[in-house]
Amino acid sequence: MKTPENLKYGKTDEWVRLDGNIAIIGISDYAQDQLSDIVYVEFNKDVGEVVKKGDILSTIESVKAAGDVVSPVSGKVKEVNEILSTKPELLNDDPYEQGWICKVEISNSVEYEALMTAKEYESYCSERH
Amino acid sequence: MFIPHTDSERQEMLKCIGKDSLESLFSDIPEKYRFPKLDLPPALSEMEALQELTELASANNSCDELICFLGAGSYNHYIPAAVDMLLRRGDFFTAYTPYQPEISQGTLQAVFEFQSLIANLTGMEVSNASHYDGATACAEACLSAYHHFRGKRNKFIISPSLHPHYCDTIRTYLGALDGIQIMDKSESIQQVNPQFLAEQIDENTALVIVQYPDFLGRVVDFTSFGKTVHEAGSLFAVAVNPIALGLLKPPSEFDADFVVGEGQPLGIPMSFGGPYLGFFATKSELIRKISGRIVGETVDGKGNRGYVLTLTAREQHIRREKATSNICTNQGLMALAATIYMSLLGKSGLRKVAELCYQKAHYASEQIAKISGFKIRKEWIFFNEFVVECPENPKTINDFLLHEGVLGGLDLGDYYPEMKNCILFAVTEKNTKEDIDILTELLEEAVANG
Repeated sequence: MKTPENLKYGKTDEWVRLDGNIAIIGISDYAQDQLSDIVYVEFNKDVGEVVKKGDILSTIESVKAAGDVVSPVSGKVKEVNEILSTKPELLNDDPYEQGWICKVEISNSVEYEALMTAKEYESYCSERH
Repeated sequence: MFIPHTDSERQEMLKCIGKDSLESLFSDIPEKYRFPKLDLPPALSEMEALQELTELASANNSCDELICFLGAGSYNHYIPAAVDMLLRRGDFFTAYTPYQPEISQGTLQAVFEFQSLIANLTGMEVSNASHYDGATACAEACLSAYHHFRGKRNKFIISPSLHPHYCDTIRTYLGALDGIQIMDKSESIQQVNPQFLAEQIDENTALVIVQYPDFLGRVVDFTSFGKTVHEAGSLFAVAVNPIALGLLKPPSEFDADFVVGEGQPLGIPMSFGGPYLGFFATKSELIRKISGRIVGETVDGKGNRGYVLTLTAREQHIRREKATSNICTNQGLMALAATIYMSLLGKSGLRKVAELCYQKAHYASEQIAKISGFKIRKEWIFFNEFVVECPENPKTINDFLLHEGVLGGLDLGDYYPEMKNCILFAVTEKNTKEDIDILTELLEEAVANG
């Protein structure tokens, strides 16, 4: 399981990479592995919409289950990764780069700071086994 | 009565859940309700029961004996004998779509063929495995549109000439959602130009649904209307009579997003209103928003052709609590009837049936228009149903017709107060010229007597 050091992680398995005040959000390697083959990604928020921490950004459906991607931060949606609509498998193949889901302009960096570090997330995942 | 569990199995089950008797299992139910005395007549033998049911059934008037000119959503078409013959094969007749569907390749293949035929007939890219009836298929189109816009558009414009029962079902389905606005002005039923519908469309409109031919039998070209709907960013649904599509251009040419309808005319008897068949076709891009299921063709590990449940996008066995549709069944047997019917008729056969319906209905309308006092709306283009304005109360006329062995048309005054004195007549390929001439003579007589 990969958990890149430079990212922060949420308890519902989202990762965040902060680029200035833009939070790039995706799902972790652990999450994609649990879901198995992902066949559909639905975006629940449009570009320009305001989201609160905890809002559902997207619903991901695999051959086994459907899961929500919950926003780990509050802010305004700047971009969604439309390519996932036609290539949902990118979430399995490359969850941390090409498989990003959504970019949110954050309004409150405290929320970001409060997220788990890679180490904390790794131990969080290992406790769930 | 056949009860599959033996006494010892029951004891084992009771023991497992810690109960010592069947009575203690039901102890939560107050005793007086547990085994109530039922006031039933003495048991009958099979022969006696059959006799009684036959007597009851013979009290009905069926269209085998009557000359039928009633339609309004259910039509008296000829059903080739092969339809029933194949339908009653035990392999199809008793088979519910199993929970491991791929084990029933025959059932899945039949559904696959049905989908292919419906997609062809409507001109659409995708068809699902069917719904209960035309009304539920219409309601599912509304729900699909609702989910497509994720609830952000909540206005639904229903053409006033959509079947009134379909409107009721749409209301029932949409009634469970918050903030839904349903536009259906019944006073506009006589308007033909869909422009008045266009005036109601705004940026909050999720879907516009029309019927083709409409409830009054009229045929309107919705090509430019489809554009108007899409310019507002709304979706467009068309409810069709599948037989009419043998002759009319398919709604795909109106750029319809959903084509739905009642499949009863395709080889299913009228039988008191059910079981019927809803069909539902759409564009590939909307496939994730539809309810029901889609069967696909694939190959197995050895390269053999096989059929699978390809998509059940909104159902619960994948989406669990996130499911937005809980109708998991489909009208498998009725879909099979329609499949056999369409396969037997083929493209040219279906066209022939449609042409016969059209020609005979037009002959009937011309003959009726000749009777003094009866009026036909000449400017209305119709398929096999038409409105006749009568000089007498339609109930009196229909009673007289029935007395003479003719099932008359629908009294429109029952549905639209502004259309009292109007009857909706339907003509199919089963009506002979003699039938139509009898109707005309009887109408003349009915008025002369009145």
